[in-house]
Amino acid sequence: MSKENNRLKPSLFFLSKDREALFSKKNRALLSDPMDDNNPITVQVLGICSALAITVQLKPAIVMTISVIAVMGASNVIVSILRNLIPNRIRIIVQLVVVASLVALVDQVLKAFAYDVYKELSIFIGLIITNCIVMGRLEAFALGNGVWKSFLDGVGNAAGYGVILIIVAFFRELLGSGNLYGYKVIPDAFYEMGYENNGLMLLSPMALITVGILIWIQRSKNRKLIEEK
Amino acid sequence: MEDYLNLFVKSIFIENMIFAYFLGMCSYLAVSKTVKTANGLGLAVIFVLTITVPINFLLNEYLLQPGSLSWLGTEYEYLDLSFLSFIMFIAVIASMVQLVEMIVEKFSPELYGALGIFLPLIAVNCAILGGSLFMQQKDFSGILESSIYGFGSGIGWFLAIVAIAAIREKITYSNIPGPLRGLGITFIITGLMAIGFMSFMGIKL
Repeated sequence: MSKENNRLKPSLFFLSKDREALFSKKNRALLSDPMDDNNPITVQVLGICSALAITVQLKPAIVMTISVIAVMGASNVIVSILRNLIPNRIRIIVQLVVVASLVALVDQVLKAFAYDVYKELSIFIGLIITNCIVMGRLEAFALGNGVWKSFLDGVGNAAGYGVILIIVAFFRELLGSGNLYGYKVIPDAFYEMGYENNGLMLLSPMALITVGILIWIQRSKNRKLIEEK
Repeated sequence: MEDYLNLFVKSIFIENMIFAYFLGMCSYLAVSKTVKTANGLGLAVIFVLTITVPINFLLNEYLLQPGSLSWLGTEYEYLDLSFLSFIMFIAVIASMVQLVEMIVEKFSPELYGALGIFLPLIAVNCAILGGSLFMQQKDFSGILESSIYGFGSGIGWFLAIVAIAAIREKITYSNIPGPLRGLGITFIITGLMAIGFMSFMGIKL
């Protein structure tokens, strides 16, 4: 029984004995790694579905990034607190319920405060539940690590996801419709000289090709990511 | 009858889960290294989509939609439970996947051996939840329509993953620039396939 208690302790009082500084080097790495070396989209191949579908314009991409950061931070914390209480066999269902209720919350908030973006994102808010990044990080990290670390890991990975989302949306909106965040940025003089918006950028295939090119650029700079034959 | 056929063709080709909406991309990229595994996962997706979409249709029709609780009595007529739909849908999907896994294991060990490891993965495949959420948006009129939609989208997904797996098997023999190898080229090929599938958009149904 006493053994059981010891095991439960860190989960209930999530301050462990051997204290680390809140932003020690290891903890900072949790935040910065997902930006490049361990990016969820280009390296871990998680969460591609939504990354491609909502990057036609910058605004929905930014709203999506914020929603995912909120959901991932919160769900990682909750699952990390519960990690010693969840029976192993039903953990997927428990995780899904935690994530689904958080997503329902985000959905209601967006519906109330940003209705036009909510309409644009349509089913993709709901699909955060099955966004592989959320489940992947819960399984790989939050189930085995402390609360503060899990929080940093969640926020870091969501931000790494957001960076790619915003880069792709930037190029698609700029080249596809000549706007950025809904404002016109390409001057009329360009159009008079014969410049035309590339309508193909707005369609789904170019999202895939843009991400492909991004991966190409990233891996030529960071050669240790290149896959073996 | 013609309407059903139209819906079927539309859900396979024009509104293809992968090429038009990018649903289920994670497993599409992760499990498409060989045709054999792609085949197994694709069949499992068809199976689960065909079952979960009609069940979630019934849930939506008699429980979640605004005004759908009127069968309980007039005082429930204005109740709107649609904010619960995410939790309900995902619970149905997770439990159906579990149930299907147990049934298949009991009655068809060969099929279980083929699908085995893929079944639990399916609970978190975006295509499955996406199918249910699209069904909710499209306002289907009956259970037959929604089952056809689920079946059709499953077949669309199956076609896409088997096609990319076949291409990836061949492409291992070609000389691809290092940084593009693996994931990068797969993205670009999927993009080109999506352009091909866009030609179906011209079909008037």
